[in-house]
Amino acid sequence: MKDFIIPDRDFGTPAAKSKQMVTLNIDGFDVTVPEGTSIMRAAAEIGISVPKLCATDSVDAFGSCRLCLVEIEGRNGTPASCTTPVAPGLKVHTQNSKLKQLRRGVMELYISDHPLDCLTCSANGDCELQDMAGAVGLRDVRYEAIETHFKPKNNSGIANPNYIPRDDSNPYFSYDPQKCIVCSRCVRACEEVQGTFALTIEGRGFDSRVSFGMKSDNALASDCVSCGACVQACPTATLQEKSVIEIGTPERSVITTCAYCGVGCSFKAEMRGDELVRMVPYKHGKANRGHSCVKGRFAYGYASHKDRILNPMIRDSINDPWQEVSWAEAMEFAANRMKGIIAKHGRHSVGVITSSRCTNEETYLVQKLTRGVFMNNNTDTCARVCHSPTGYGLGQTFGTSAGTQDFDSVEETDVVIVIGANPTDGHPVFASRLKKRLRKGAKLIVVDPRRTDMVDSPHIRAAHHLALTPGTNVAVVTALAHVIVTEGLFNEAFIRERCDWDEFQDYAESVSQPQHSPEAVQMLTGVKAEEVRAAARLYAMGGNGAIYYGLGVTEHSQGSTTVIGIANLAMLTGNIGRPGVGVNPLRGQNNVQGSCDMGSFPHELPGYRHVKNDNVREIFESLWGVKIDNEPGLRIPNMLDAAVEGTFKGLYCQGEDILQSDPDTKHVSAGLAAMDCVIVHDLFLNETANYAHVFFPGSTFLEKEGTFTNAERRINRVRKVMAPRNGYADWEVTQMFAQAMGANWAYTHPSQIMDEIALTTPSFAGVNYAMLEEKGSVQWPCNEKVPDGTPLMHVEGFVRGKGKFINTEYVATDERTGPRFPLLLTTGRILSQYNVGAQTRRTENVVWHDQDVLEIHPHDADNRGIKDGAFVRLASRSGETTLRAKVSDRVNPGVVYTTFHHPDTQANVITTDYSDWATNCPEYKVTAVQVSPSNGPSEWQEEYSAMASRSRRIAAAE
Amino acid sequence: MSHDGPHAKLIYMANQIAKFMESKPHAEGVAGLSSHINDFWEPRMRRHLFEVLDAGGQGLRPLVLDAAPSIRRPAEAA
Repeated sequence: MKDFIIPDRDFGTPAAKSKQMVTLNIDGFDVTVPEGTSIMRAAAEIGISVPKLCATDSVDAFGSCRLCLVEIEGRNGTPASCTTPVAPGLKVHTQNSKLKQLRRGVMELYISDHPLDCLTCSANGDCELQDMAGAVGLRDVRYEAIETHFKPKNNSGIANPNYIPRDDSNPYFSYDPQKCIVCSRCVRACEEVQGTFALTIEGRGFDSRVSFGMKSDNALASDCVSCGACVQACPTATLQEKSVIEIGTPERSVITTCAYCGVGCSFKAEMRGDELVRMVPYKHGKANRGHSCVKGRFAYGYASHKDRILNPMIRDSINDPWQEVSWAEAMEFAANRMKGIIAKHGRHSVGVITSSRCTNEETYLVQKLTRGVFMNNNTDTCARVCHSPTGYGLGQTFGTSAGTQDFDSVEETDVVIVIGANPTDGHPVFASRLKKRLRKGAKLIVVDPRRTDMVDSPHIRAAHHLALTPGTNVAVVTALAHVIVTEGLFNEAFIRERCDWDEFQDYAESVSQPQHSPEAVQMLTGVKAEEVRAAARLYAMGGNGAIYYGLGVTEHSQGSTTVIGIANLAMLTGNIGRPGVGVNPLRGQNNVQGSCDMGSFPHELPGYRHVKNDNVREIFESLWGVKIDNEPGLRIPNMLDAAVEGTFKGLYCQGEDILQSDPDTKHVSAGLAAMDCVIVHDLFLNETANYAHVFFPGSTFLEKEGTFTNAERRINRVRKVMAPRNGYADWEVTQMFAQAMGANWAYTHPSQIMDEIALTTPSFAGVNYAMLEEKGSVQWPCNEKVPDGTPLMHVEGFVRGKGKFINTEYVATDERTGPRFPLLLTTGRILSQYNVGAQTRRTENVVWHDQDVLEIHPHDADNRGIKDGAFVRLASRSGETTLRAKVSDRVNPGVVYTTFHHPDTQANVITTDYSDWATNCPEYKVTAVQVSPSNGPSEWQEEYSAMASRSRRIAAAE
Repeated sequence: MSHDGPHAKLIYMANQIAKFMESKPHAEGVAGLSSHINDFWEPRMRRHLFEVLDAGGQGLRPLVLDAAPSIRRPAEAA
């Protein structure tokens, strides 16, 4: 849809990238543009908007509407300005009597097959067809509408075979064919921007119709992933957000940042009053470049869901119903309990969990609460259970945990390795950008036990899919390095210049040993040696090689070792320090990067500086006027162990649901149940809140100011578009609690918190709100040396000096299959749901995924008498649950797969407490299980469900 | 992992670190293991580890025993 609020100009065709400049003359004005620019875009650059319908700058020019005709002196005819490139010295006329007449004729034909119900049309005021009719001066339509696409019945009252009724099957947008002008913008957006190819044009000539998949499909049944790119591209009311149909057009917009995954897309929140009309991806957002996915674009309904808790609540015991109280009472109650615990059990008996869903400023305050008010370092965040091994592994090898690239870098990549990540589901907007590059010829290697959509989807096929047995990442990654070293494919010049040559030689000797060869490990990994060799050669010799990885790498007992192995591969091949290469962790949560940066880990102050360093502590001590503990604090699993042991009694948990998201649910619940004061600060009564004594209602990303930092290290602004429904932004709640605990904090705006971060943390020294306002976003490090931030890391040399090769010895996990538990369970995500589902389950997204299912290979299903769709019992040595089976050859025999989005499935009842050796990141990705037919919910599910509903009772107001 | 004995989990974790550090030259492995535990283990955890070590270190891999002298003994609980 056309932008009408903050005008985001549509230049008609994409920008050309050539460095060669061309000067031409349009309507008497000289304009200089890059070679390859269209005449339409060149005109737009000097403010001349050539009328157009089928052109928009998110997709390539198509030249079908014939409205953008121009005349060029010395050339015949009237070429379309969208498909005609500029040339030196051209003299172009965009408006003369001939062009006016032609355009009017074209518009007349369009309008002759279009309903004239503008006043009641949902696109009224936001319709390019309407605008163009005005622009070309259409005053009359001479053609009588006899045979049309828009009349349900013809003039004699007989049903019109050309009429297709509106398709409302998608919960978020409708497709109304009667308004369609067949400009193909939607089809092209689906293809070029999203890369799903769900839309097509059926038929020819007058019969041409936009169609979702096959004729028998509707939008919901088709391959459509509901990213909204087609809705965005549509110039009419044909593809339109249902929210606009319902509410009307928005009147203002605020640029903000999505609160779902680590891609960190920029959006315009389009508002009418304080009602959110729609979220539209922001064209100038540097992470997403105008694209979005179903979650960010549409799944914001949770913010106004009836389950949202808006008043503080307290209770003496977790067996009591909740009591709604005032903020002051809640603060007093919580502070008294916490003070009591500290007085009785010492200052180390309490701690915090910061949220990777909240802003940098909020996270900073929560860790400050434990360090400066509770006086310990017991702070952790959900990165513990996702990317903590990245922090360790990249820190050891490169000197910083930072991902090395920006997302734009993928446009210059030649070979991509995706390891243990499922970007089309987990990081969809990045996946679209990656697929765009793959369609242009880059090669892909996928290392994943499961055949993800990246392996094989329309116009995308991986050159190599290394479908390894879960738990053997280190063996595969080390085998790739073995091939690169023993076949002499390493980049000696790079290694000599950038790395420690002696260390490399030790490493090379170790990795060359025959036990690391692909042939030696193939029985173990299940990957054919030839495939491994071919993949290694491709990565080493195929040009710019980039590695993208996810939680399939980190969530293993050897997660940190695999990250080290990945860093070794990049250093071996010289794929570091320029566009198109690098090591790129795909982060899960919107602000998990930021929460790590802000000192959420128990051993590190903001900016990844160990608490043992006196000079670092002094910076904060002098500013905060306290003495900071010099010993590392407890990590989440350690907190729970200490709770069970009886030495950890109080927890303030902001925006994280550890009961659902952390492994070995029974252990987590035992830990929580053993505490005397659990404060949950969240939007909903989440699973953890079943064990809480105090509930602080939280605010959504729409209701507060702040910043999120995405996987590119990009600091993006989050802007308040409406008042907090619960009364306070989360940073204010933390501050009130700190004050109740005796602190003298007095922040009046999050920008002051950012100023404190900049003052104390060198990598943020140059960051402040005024600067973000001006630049839009910035990638840290950002300081005096790099005032514009750092898109690429390690350009001149590694952060630690010389890159460090570290040996990676495969150690089998102790989680092994055996007669009782013969299958390996691995877990993942699905596009429409997000993490524990607290948000997305409270939106229409459930139409795509209303329950977790267990993918099982036909062979394993047959052996067990399991039919597709049947209830099955999934058991490990930790626990058991039931869910429905989906028989699928996406997984290999011996492997089963499920998601963890629904609390009643409780997939983490199954996962064990094995964890990464270096960071305690849990081994979610490997659990030995048995699957058998079942009649219904397990005992645990029933007990838990009863307990949860008991625990969520709220006492009626007196 | 089996959780027999009060500190079985800690023994397991220390041994896991040892298995990684064993791929390094011995001296580097000893230094790596002790600094890892010093940097990442909260005093309560180190105190429990010393309870195991002081009782003879049963169940711990040799590298953990070799690294023990350079693991920082936590101060008494505050």
